[in-house]
Amino acid sequence: MLRRLRFDLYARILRFPLGRFRRMSQGEIIPMVTAEVEPLGGFIGDSISLPAFQGGTLITILAFMFIQDPILGLAAISLYPIQGYVIPKLQRQVNLLGKERVRTVRTMSDKIGETVSGVLEVHANDNARLMLARFAERLNRIYDIRFEIYKKKFFIKFLNNFLAQLTPFFFYSIGGYLVIRGELSIGAMVAVLAAYKDLSAPWKELLGYYERKEDARIKYEQVIEQFDPPTIMDPALQTGDADAGPAESAGIRSSNLGWIDDDGEMQVEGISIKIEPGERVALLGPPNGGKEALGLLLARLVLPTSGNLNFGDRDMTVLPEAVTGRRLGYVGPAAFAFSTSIRENLLIGAMHRPLIEAERDAAAQAVAKRAAENAAIAGNSTDDPHADWVDYAAIGVDDAGGLSKRLVELLDVVDLWDDCYQLGLRGTLDPQKRPDIAERILDARRSFADRLAGDPSLAELVEPFAADRYNSNASVAENLLFGTPVDGTFASDSIAASPYVRQILGTVGLTDDFLTMGRDMAATMVELFADLPADHEFFSQFSFISPDDLPEFQALVTRVDRSGVGGLSEDDRSRLLSLPFKLIAARHRLGLLDDAMKLRILEARRAFAENLPSEMANAVAFFTADTYNAAASVQDNFLFGKIAYGQADAPARVGKVIAEVLESLDLRATVIEVGLDFEVGIGGSRLSAAQRQKIGIARMLLRRPDICVFNDAVGSIESAAQNRVIDRVLAETEGRTVIWSLQHPDLARRFQRVLVLRGGRVVEDGAPDSLDRSGTEFHTMAAGS
Amino acid sequence: MSINQEVELLRNIPLFAKIEPAKLKLLAFTSERLTYQPEQTLCHQGDIGDAAYIIIDGEAVVRIGTSAGEIEVARLGKGDVVGEIAILCDVPRTATVLAVDRVTVLKITKELFFRLVNEFPQIAIEIMRELAARLERTNAQLRDAVSRNGTT
Repeated sequence: MLRRLRFDLYARILRFPLGRFRRMSQGEIIPMVTAEVEPLGGFIGDSISLPAFQGGTLITILAFMFIQDPILGLAAISLYPIQGYVIPKLQRQVNLLGKERVRTVRTMSDKIGETVSGVLEVHANDNARLMLARFAERLNRIYDIRFEIYKKKFFIKFLNNFLAQLTPFFFYSIGGYLVIRGELSIGAMVAVLAAYKDLSAPWKELLGYYERKEDARIKYEQVIEQFDPPTIMDPALQTGDADAGPAESAGIRSSNLGWIDDDGEMQVEGISIKIEPGERVALLGPPNGGKEALGLLLARLVLPTSGNLNFGDRDMTVLPEAVTGRRLGYVGPAAFAFSTSIRENLLIGAMHRPLIEAERDAAAQAVAKRAAENAAIAGNSTDDPHADWVDYAAIGVDDAGGLSKRLVELLDVVDLWDDCYQLGLRGTLDPQKRPDIAERILDARRSFADRLAGDPSLAELVEPFAADRYNSNASVAENLLFGTPVDGTFASDSIAASPYVRQILGTVGLTDDFLTMGRDMAATMVELFADLPADHEFFSQFSFISPDDLPEFQALVTRVDRSGVGGLSEDDRSRLLSLPFKLIAARHRLGLLDDAMKLRILEARRAFAENLPSEMANAVAFFTADTYNAAASVQDNFLFGKIAYGQADAPARVGKVIAEVLESLDLRATVIEVGLDFEVGIGGSRLSAAQRQKIGIARMLLRRPDICVFNDAVGSIESAAQNRVIDRVLAETEGRTVIWSLQHPDLARRFQRVLVLRGGRVVEDGAPDSLDRSGTEFHTMAAGS
Repeated sequence: MSINQEVELLRNIPLFAKIEPAKLKLLAFTSERLTYQPEQTLCHQGDIGDAAYIIIDGEAVVRIGTSAGEIEVARLGKGDVVGEIAILCDVPRTATVLAVDRVTVLKITKELFFRLVNEFPQIAIEIMRELAARLERTNAQLRDAVSRNGTT
């Protein structure tokens, strides 16, 4: 039952009219579907069994008492009518309070959600105290309500208990009197008393049941009333699949189209337009002049409140989403990115229904079958989420290979190619999963090394890793490990604390040298940074020691100078030893690493690798010239070395060489593949707004809708790229209808037709050239921009 | 070359002669030392400037692009400072600087440069002296050019 209820609630969220989300926040909806219905689940289980069992017991006992002595039986239940009258009255008050409590808790979670999403503003405006005060007020309100509820509830309990004990009191007093008078046999009296004792337990249970029932009812009612808005979408529009929509190359026709939104604001009215298939239309006008609303209407994301809107020969308002969500496309001003890879974010545009069954072995097949059966019983969706949902036909490719190629093309259209390439270079690759790609990257590593060796001006840019050479552009820690730390064991912050590393330093006799080096570094840091303010940016950029620790190190240096490194405490030793590991000879130029020292670090490197205990074998991925290093980025795997410090423009020049080598080996698409697997974070937070927007556009272009609606879709893209993206998108959608709502009139000149909307009406309609004469809105806007 | 050697080198530059060694060390430590290949540009006329350069080795040439093509205005060597105009007055680079042979420089960021000027008025005076000398040179060149134009 609970499963069915939750599924139904979620399905309803998907059918809510868009305006509803302006009045209901995430913070309200989520607890309703998750926490608030939870007690209902528990209650549903009891709803039949408890009254049946306890009620049965009650009736049996009552029957026994009536048979014993009808008068005594009557006496036993004489107070029930009072309870039956008073308790519901009290309960009603509790119910009202309960309702208010649910509402208050809901707004509280709404506030928490709001704080989370607006936390930047809170910090920026020093609002923490205000927020805390408001939150405390809410908690206080909840406390008051709860206190009130408890008072009422305990009064009910008190009343119940009191009445339950009052009856035996009368039994004893009046019954006892009657027994003495000889009017009642003591046997009957004792039997009824004993029976009455048993009677109170089921009675209490029933009263408790009544309370819980009321509680559940409130919660249910409160959830249901929120989830039943008057204009909810018909479910058939969402799940229907049979409809193919109007014939190919359908245009849009509207007559007298109007939309009044949920707040009663007129957004557009009296719009009668005809857009031919393949036409390119720009919507212009002042903000809130109706161009955004018209975009939403034409993409059937909101339903008009008056007039007709036809897509080909069909009424657009009753078309199922299977038609509107495939034949129409929409990108708004702030596209959303789901918390998954870039690839999935693009493909989700073409994932409408399961098409190819997932490949499973027999056991997994059975599990999936059972899950589907259970889902069917609970009235849930029986579609398999692990099937291949990608509509290859809609994208216009045959298979996964063609799809990858198509994705790369689209990245180029929306100007995301380079971003994805950079993400790919910085990303990691599991060589176990993609051995072919790893092998090709190793090929690229070799050609890159050849390329460097052949060109002396390039050779200075990268210092390759070599097992028998110290790498001056890598830190001491990296030189010692000669690999990439995989987990925290040998990470740069904790390597100095590793007992194994300490032991290796001891074996090769480096401990004292490292301590001395640490002392020298500390002394230099103190000398350089001591009189800088603690918040100076140099600390984070250049210092090995944080400003807070600086005084401590100052004292430490004095101690070392007085009594040598021998007499240091363990704490002091750890502190000093942590410094040299971070030293990069070529960058820091402190002159602390002479050739002899480097040779001894190489010795430590060998000792480290040879004696590494088996349980730490997975903590470091060693650099070896002919294996792929899974812990390092794709770029580091190409380079197999470090970009040299002190060479002007080294990263850019190296990047150019990498690009050339990849191009010559036809590997750029492979790097893009890795970039496509980049996880975008919650709500796409690891991408910029412009990148999310570009993904939104590519997502829509991927499934090739007949009609593409762009509602100010390039506004968040940097202005230099805006023209480029619009041009490429228009070229990409050649032959299909494009309706683009724009901010800048100068962008409109690349469209065949311009509609200018003001006050919710179309005030001008025509080719940009014909409109560009004095006296028109278009001319004024174009001149003003 | 280690930082201590760089400090020695800086001390021999008039601009920094009067600064205490600890400050020079901070300057050296927080500045990137960069090597430019022959023909590589240190800065490009018209770009936004974010750093000044102290040449510690090699030779560089300063060129200004005019409507008549590029003209060479100066040659710089060890100890010269270049690129300070753009960060002093927040204007785009006024000239292009190219490495003639292998040039090694210390790249001083805008932030650090202002800090130094603030703390050591001596540096400001040295820079004023240098700029005044350049202005005088330019004026002389202008005089020459005008008088040449007048005679022809």
